[in-house]
Amino acid sequence: MSLDLRVPMGLMFTIVGFILTLYGAVTHGSAIYERSAGMDINLVWGLVMLAFGVCMLMMGRHADKQPKVPPVEGSDRPLGHGH
Amino acid sequence: MNLTYVDWLIMLLYFVFVLGIGFALKRFMKTSKDYLQAGRSLPAWICGLAFISANLGAQEVIGMGASGAKYGIVTSHFYWIGAIPAMCFVGVFMMPFYYGSRARSVPEFLRLRFDEKTRAWNACSFAVMTVFSSGISMYAMARLIQTLHVFDGLFRSLGLPVDWIFHFAILLSALIVLCYIFLGGLTSAIYNEVLQFFLIVAGFLPLVWVGLKNIGGWNGLKQAVPAAYLHSWQGMGHATTNPLGVDWFGLVAGLGFVLSFGYWCTDFLVIQTAMAANSEESARRVPLIAALPKMFFPALVILPGLIAIATPAVQQHVMTHTATPGTVASASTDPVGRGLIPAKVDPVTGKVMIDTDGHAILDYDLAIPNMLLHYFPTGILGLGLTALLASFMSGMAGNVTAFNTVWTFDIYQSYINKGASDAHYLKMGRWTTVVGILISMMTAYVVMGFNNIMDTLQLVFSIVNAPLFATFLLGMFWKRTTGHAAFIGLATGTCAALLHHGLTISAGASPGVHGGWITVVHTYPSQMALDYWQAIFAFGINFVLAAAISLVTKPRPEKELVGLVYSLTPKPVEHHMAWYAKPSVIAVILIAMGVTLNIIFR
Repeated sequence: MSLDLRVPMGLMFTIVGFILTLYGAVTHGSAIYERSAGMDINLVWGLVMLAFGVCMLMMGRHADKQPKVPPVEGSDRPLGHGH
Repeated sequence: MNLTYVDWLIMLLYFVFVLGIGFALKRFMKTSKDYLQAGRSLPAWICGLAFISANLGAQEVIGMGASGAKYGIVTSHFYWIGAIPAMCFVGVFMMPFYYGSRARSVPEFLRLRFDEKTRAWNACSFAVMTVFSSGISMYAMARLIQTLHVFDGLFRSLGLPVDWIFHFAILLSALIVLCYIFLGGLTSAIYNEVLQFFLIVAGFLPLVWVGLKNIGGWNGLKQAVPAAYLHSWQGMGHATTNPLGVDWFGLVAGLGFVLSFGYWCTDFLVIQTAMAANSEESARRVPLIAALPKMFFPALVILPGLIAIATPAVQQHVMTHTATPGTVASASTDPVGRGLIPAKVDPVTGKVMIDTDGHAILDYDLAIPNMLLHYFPTGILGLGLTALLASFMSGMAGNVTAFNTVWTFDIYQSYINKGASDAHYLKMGRWTTVVGILISMMTAYVVMGFNNIMDTLQLVFSIVNAPLFATFLLGMFWKRTTGHAAFIGLATGTCAALLHHGLTISAGASPGVHGGWITVVHTYPSQMALDYWQAIFAFGINFVLAAAISLVTKPRPEKELVGLVYSLTPKPVEHHMAWYAKPSVIAVILIAMGVTLNIIFR
């Protein structure tokens, strides 16, 4: 399959992470964080997701450029009477 | 529920990406193999994460959180006993046969190993079971959306009646799942399952973090819950001394062996993801890769249940089940709740439901949703809700693709229309998605009568899956096993499970869907004990009967069984792997980790 899942997935996490970070930065110190133990969870978790998303994107982009390794001889056995 | 535009934006983004992946994959779907088997071309890590995600439906997230709140850490048996050993076994011993035999589905493997009738039996019972499961997922999701009042604001502003939310939720989830599977087939389902896996981790990890921080960390949790909640093996000597109402033998044999191996090793819902891997080597690694995160999932799904109990009850932003969405029940400030768990409210009278001892019945299924509402501010609340919706959809999608494959290859191609062109089967696979989803929707309305998702699923699994593992065990590891024996054993095992269910009941239950519908000859201490013993009986009867009949019937010639039976198949090539990359070594490490976790939380 020539669609590397890491690219769309990385993109989604990057965007969601970015939105959360931005929203967290804007609402920093707001009363809404009383329920999350006083922590600006949007900002913190937004950054975590952003970092994860960017890593995935880079891994996906990097893998696209790598040549395919052929399978090791004999490791895929055509056995039985299947199709 | 106060959702703001950020929450909606995150939810919307998720739907855009889910459908986008479907559209992006559409152009690769050229043959029925591409569509129904993902072209057998996916890397092991993707299949591995999809392997657990397919199982991560309603049962997992809501059910395990509920169980965590109700019973405590003892719930982790569903993971450490009820999943890890079976996942290791299927990866090391069984995957070479599933993948190497070139069978396209689990029922087709049964045709290669045994005969047509065994396959037909399995294909039909499995097809019914998958749409049933998918319908349950759909129902649970619609019910949850209704209970949490997710769409209430939207509906009011559009001037639509809030009573339609349930139907709208069913239709919306059905349309999204239909769309991405119709376009991209199994690949699309698997890709989205992986996406859902990461979303669930991203949504639940901060929940556990914030929750634990709020109640004073692990030590705070220890002080806030009964001591028995933090031990998984206390009182397991006898059924009456532990909250599950099962003794250790019932637990290990029923859950740990029969049900767990029956599910993880033979259920095409999970096996289909491993069979989509790009090589036999990858296929063997799939369940092993899946076992690692699976081992730590209790921290994500069971722990929130415990935290919900430990959280001091401040009920203003917490919901209860109500008949008419929109009217937040007065019971939400009721003192009978426990932590964040509210009392169950009768949908008709609006009164708190009371059990036979006069205590209020608690609605444990709301443990995780209430945790999200209690601890998450707007913004990350959108992420948490999206994760919850994702978990429901992944459960549904896996069932729908499994139904597609089994219907197209094992029922339609085998018995209805043999020898048609591949393009025809591709078309059939696609349109089966629509039919499968329609049947699921019907099922969702039918199961409205059942109120405990977990028990219902366990019941279906124990009747259909329990005897099945005996058939595979004999078929793969004893070359003497014959087709007649397999079929008679399987049919008798299933009937035995049904009969057992009709003749026994758990303490406190009334005869009907929970057992005892013929007559009550035995009463078990709990529903779980009944399910486990039922599985043990069904397995035992199938195993003994199939072995006995095999000895008096004529076995197939050995040369026909190469690649299908352990003793007649060359061992998989492993010489090029480093010692630590060999499946057997990984499996031993995983088992050792599982044992360690059991010792830590004994």
